[in-house]
Amino acid sequence: MSWLERYVRPKIKALVGAKPEVPDNLWHKCDNCGQMIFHRDLVANHHVCQHCNHHMRLPAEQRLEMLFDDGEYDRAELPKTPLDPLKFRDRKRYSDRLKEAQSKQDTKTANKDAIIVAHGKMEGRAVVVAAFDFSFMGGSMGVAVGEGIVTAAHLAVFQQAPLIIIPATGGARMQEGILSLMQMPRTVIAVQEVKEAGLPFFVLLTDPTTGGVSASFAMLGDIHIAEPGAVIGFAGRRVIEQTVKETLPDGFQTAEYLLEHGMVDIVAPRTQIRPTIIRLISLLMDGKPVDMAEASSDKDAAEGDLDIPDSAESGPDKT
Amino acid sequence: MRNFLDFEQPIAELEGKIEELRHLADTGEVNIADEVGKLQTKVDRLITTTYAKLTPWQKVQVARHPDRPHFKNYVSRMFTDYQPLSGDRSFADDHAILGGIGRFRGRSCVVIGHEKGGDTQARIKHNFGMARPEGYRKAQRLMELAERFQLPVITLVDTPGAYPGVGAEERGQSEAIARSIELCLNIRVPLVATIIGEGGSGGAIALAAGDAVFMLENSVYSVISPEGCASILWRSAEEAQTAAEALRLTAQDLEKLKVIDRVIKEPVGGAHREPDEAVDKVSDEIEAALTDLCAMEPGALRARRREKFLAMGRHGLS
Ligand SMILES: [Zn+2]
Repeated sequence: MSWLERYVRPKIKALVGAKPEVPDNLWHKCDNCGQMIFHRDLVANHHVCQHCNHHMRLPAEQRLEMLFDDGEYDRAELPKTPLDPLKFRDRKRYSDRLKEAQSKQDTKTANKDAIIVAHGKMEGRAVVVAAFDFSFMGGSMGVAVGEGIVTAAHLAVFQQAPLIIIPATGGARMQEGILSLMQMPRTVIAVQEVKEAGLPFFVLLTDPTTGGVSASFAMLGDIHIAEPGAVIGFAGRRVIEQTVKETLPDGFQTAEYLLEHGMVDIVAPRTQIRPTIIRLISLLMDGKPVDMAEASSDKDAAEGDLDIPDSAESGPDKT
Repeated sequence: MRNFLDFEQPIAELEGKIEELRHLADTGEVNIADEVGKLQTKVDRLITTTYAKLTPWQKVQVARHPDRPHFKNYVSRMFTDYQPLSGDRSFADDHAILGGIGRFRGRSCVVIGHEKGGDTQARIKHNFGMARPEGYRKAQRLMELAERFQLPVITLVDTPGAYPGVGAEERGQSEAIARSIELCLNIRVPLVATIIGEGGSGGAIALAAGDAVFMLENSVYSVISPEGCASILWRSAEEAQTAAEALRLTAQDLEKLKVIDRVIKEPVGGAHREPDEAVDKVSDEIEAALTDLCAMEPGALRARRREKFLAMGRHGLS
């Protein structure tokens, strides 16, 4: 969509009048239960269906707003990476695909690629978050995304802050060929640096987390939290079906399935993710005994006003 | 019976003729030394010219050639006192990834690699070189063993990719690969990886994040198979040739991209023509690399390996 279309089209629609039965900007249909949800309710409910609790994909920006105190955060500037390093062309030029994806992004928050690196506070403590943007070429990981994760890791070490990465991705960016495969070792090194600095590394697995992303940093977190129903796995469903020629078990590759098979620690509903991470950060980093009277005066330890130690040295040594 | 690829048919025909003439000569009917000599010169020239200008798709075929030397061929020629080691100590022994310990040109080393299998029966046993989580976990175990005894690690990569199956997913294929990559990057002993055939995606990088990464001249290394890429991006598996070109999966392109350190020359006509010679060429390069890497301080070695990968991909093909 061009700049012109983006700004003019809604007005044209308003003049012509969108289809009166279901104005698509007002109602959403749940892709799980098929029920209609009023747009305002959907936003208030963080894109979780109020009828069936289905967790729909949440845009990266809204994800970040949900995590940080008062929804406020700063975006880290990401280093420039070569655009279309292989001069790749399938039915379309990759450089055109990139431009198209970039033009669809909100100009205020243009990401340039499928990742946003943000830093801010969670319960008053500095935290770095790298969130994949699934709407940008399926959240696929190429050099720019890899560079985003390396940047996020460096920033976390610099700020002595925990790192949270939120994948929402189909895997490697095929159009960057071997260079996208090389993002697997690169991102593994990045998160290792965070762990070696004694800082917690959380992975929040959202729908979907597959392929080369799931087979690299996303399975190396200190703690893995997944959203209900999220598809998480190495190989795609179709590829498996074609290979093994058998029906896949119920709930195959869902967050719950991974929990049962020992690959994630927690499956948490969207609204519980922020308090869960806050509680875990405190437990991991504030290892010294706290004033129990004060802590228990608050119902939820995560919301408690715990002493923040002066350095990360009190955290567990992860090397 | 030698296996010939499609583009090798003219070579096959000439060699067939030579064979026939030799057979006639054996029966004493004619003296054909001259004719055979001429034909031999012709076929040699044909092999050289054919192999000098292989397309990426043809290289994919050569990389997958059934007669190409596999892990077992390498190990039996490279090592003395070789002791295969089995199992992941958790679930099973995977036959798609083999490993063991042995003496390579005098030096005790751990060797790990994919085995595709040489005939139909073996291919089934080794699951065509497609490992399940157990394979990667065995590799991790062996890398840890190497580190404990300060032995260098040699990996030989030859896989279409990690196995896409229900059990593999159930047992954490992703985690197993991720952990293998992590260990490659973590160990404080030299790791020399060589792509000897097919370097298929995550299943390959799981063993290939090394201090030195080599590729045989006609091997390929890619994020996805050309067939898989074609069916996704072109919506047609027929476009595999086009995808093979677009993906830049040849050893020569990867060297330009600085993803690998060196291309190892193959015998004329490909590694499958002279398997022993191919193995020896690979051995020479590995030995030279090990001599340099073993002289490095372990911490510096590890830091250098990590910096090398971090720097990768910051520039494209010029
Ligand atoms: Zn619903």
